[in-house]
Amino acid sequence: MSRGPGTRLGTAAALAVLVVLLGPLLAVAWRAEGWAGLRASDWGALRFTLWQAACSSALSVLLAIPVARALARRRFAGRDAVVLLLGAPFILPVIVAVLGLVAVFGRTGPIAWIAGLAGLDPPSIYGAQGVILAHVFFNMPLATRLILQGWQAIPGERLRLAAALGFGPGDTFRLLEWPMLRATVPGVALVIFLICTTSFAVALALGGGPRATTVELAIYQAFRFDFDLGRAAALGGVQLALGGLAAFAALRLTLPSGFGAGQDRVVPRWDSSGPLLRGQDGGVIALACAFLLLPMVLVLAEGALHLTNLPAAVWTAAARSLAIALGAALLTVGLALAMAVAALRAPWVEAAGTLAVAASPLVLGTGLYLLLLPLANPIAFALPVTLLVNVVLALPFALRALIPAMRELDADYGRLSASLGLTGWVWLRRVGLPRLRRPAGFAAGLTAALAAGDLGVITLFATPEQATLPLMLYQLMGSYRMEEAKAAALLLVILSLGLFWLFERGSRDA
Amino acid sequence: MLELDGLEIVQGAFRLTADTVLQAGQITALMGASGSGKSTLLAAIAGFLDPVRGSIRIAGTDITGLAPGDRPLSMLFQDNNLFPHLTVAQNVGLGLRPDLRLSPAQKDAQAAVLARVGLEGLEARRPRDLSGGQQSRAALARALLRGRPWLLLDEPFSALGPALRRDMLTLLRETARAEGLSVLMVTHHPEDARAVADATCLIADGALIPPASTEALFAEPTPALRAYLGE
Repeated sequence: MSRGPGTRLGTAAALAVLVVLLGPLLAVAWRAEGWAGLRASDWGALRFTLWQAACSSALSVLLAIPVARALARRRFAGRDAVVLLLGAPFILPVIVAVLGLVAVFGRTGPIAWIAGLAGLDPPSIYGAQGVILAHVFFNMPLATRLILQGWQAIPGERLRLAAALGFGPGDTFRLLEWPMLRATVPGVALVIFLICTTSFAVALALGGGPRATTVELAIYQAFRFDFDLGRAAALGGVQLALGGLAAFAALRLTLPSGFGAGQDRVVPRWDSSGPLLRGQDGGVIALACAFLLLPMVLVLAEGALHLTNLPAAVWTAAARSLAIALGAALLTVGLALAMAVAALRAPWVEAAGTLAVAASPLVLGTGLYLLLLPLANPIAFALPVTLLVNVVLALPFALRALIPAMRELDADYGRLSASLGLTGWVWLRRVGLPRLRRPAGFAAGLTAALAAGDLGVITLFATPEQATLPLMLYQLMGSYRMEEAKAAALLLVILSLGLFWLFERGSRDA
Repeated sequence: MLELDGLEIVQGAFRLTADTVLQAGQITALMGASGSGKSTLLAAIAGFLDPVRGSIRIAGTDITGLAPGDRPLSMLFQDNNLFPHLTVAQNVGLGLRPDLRLSPAQKDAQAAVLARVGLEGLEARRPRDLSGGQQSRAALARALLRGRPWLLLDEPFSALGPALRRDMLTLLRETARAEGLSVLMVTHHPEDARAVADATCLIADGALIPPASTEALFAEPTPALRAYLGE
């Protein structure tokens, strides 16, 4: 109740976050010289952004529906692992997935080889189709998880009634599943559409050129190649409008709650036990798993062969990424804890922290660059800026994990703590941390994984001497040093998934 | 003495007034229908709720603006009296020092009070490994260890069966007498009030009716008590 120091600290933290967030945005707005500064290619980037997002969203959802249905009506050994696998892309570094997709679908990959046997020439992985493919890789699992929730929300009594009335699969679909899909799918499709509008790393690695540049990528190019800050800022304004919508939708719906938890319920079904449907479901699940696993296996298996002869620069970059990940995790969880305490009394604190979802990393980066420019050489601050942007971007997820837990803690033990005079640091040590270690560990793990794998703002600033591991990986790919790139990818996966696992598991045991 | 001086508590559409004096050194039962505001009154006395008017004095000192932990009272809640992640000994030790840095003398006092409530040997257990009665004893032990002159009970034993509840009330009466504690306890069981309370007061129609001797009150129930008892 009367946790005065925590509330004050949290309020100060929320104000600081607002400054870090709004300062760069104001700088961008001030520097943007209206829409007149935008070229025809910039409007093309906006059109491409919307078009590829629509394609990615439609494909993700269409592919997800059969997978979700198969998972909803089958119980089999390894089903939990499949559900877990569907959660994994959320924390998988984007650039690693891109490398994997290149390995599978690229010129020298197995798909091209098979197509070659059939005398076909498959389209290149680079360009619009590659961008869409990568977006489907990331968002088909998300769509599956969300639609699976819809399937599991169909009451078991309804299905029992359907069985009692002798419904066949077609009847069940028409009377039970179709209404559910009609209610669920548009929302899922919208979320994925909006997520895909903020795509940067995928477009950076696979897109580019007049027909495959997203707005985020256009900001990067205006900034990095043309050094046209006014145009970069104007594009930032366009992205901000897109991102504001995207982020709120994404935050509401996409965060996997504790990874696969609560999705283990299989509703008993009586209408789909025929061998044909079982074969169909089995095939769909196997294909989905292959689509998700094959790129990873190809990269990581080959990466393991070359891990020992990685250049020293890669290890140094890994150390930088580790430091950024740990720093971001500690800062984010610290800020989120203080803000969650303050949010008990002042609801605006939660709103302030959540506002960050509206900012894109490149817009924030451009703004911070503009703010630093009069004071110092912004390049010197590449790593601190990367850390800061990752903290701000991870904060909404951390708050979403911690605020409900803090509310529950306050409802259950707030009065007891107050009546015993447990306040401030003593409260944090004796009550807060022990009771909140699960959500805090989850938030720390998520932040660390996202920060370790982030390929966003660092691309704007960094010189080769400041490269993080994802940037190094991108540069290795760019110079076609694929063996080293794969080994670096293995290192990055170990780093980000390992950090997530350590924080998350560590908060469960003991 | 616990003085409620022109106290007025407002929560949304709910309003409760209290203007009375509760005697120190005895057990006062507080009764009233569900939703009449018994817990609300306790919350105000304990400092979880600011009254819109009036003041609360204990032993002549105005405590109306004090933080809950600074008031000369301890409170047992309906539930969640123990932190689930701390051992019995730690939960009880919080009564002496919230940071649990206990001196040897304080550790002795901790052991003594655990023995007093019959929890010796269970110090290292967590609350989930205790029975409901043992959990109540641990919470009472902490209140005794804190040594604040007043003890407020918001039906902490209501989840216990009749025999256990009687045991706890007996233990409460004995320890309160021995330590010279003043007790204000919410109950909705008339037999509890008759078993342990020296005085009983009722809340009816948004107002606290001043206490009367329990014996006399039940011998000749007032209209408010008759209404509560459903007679």
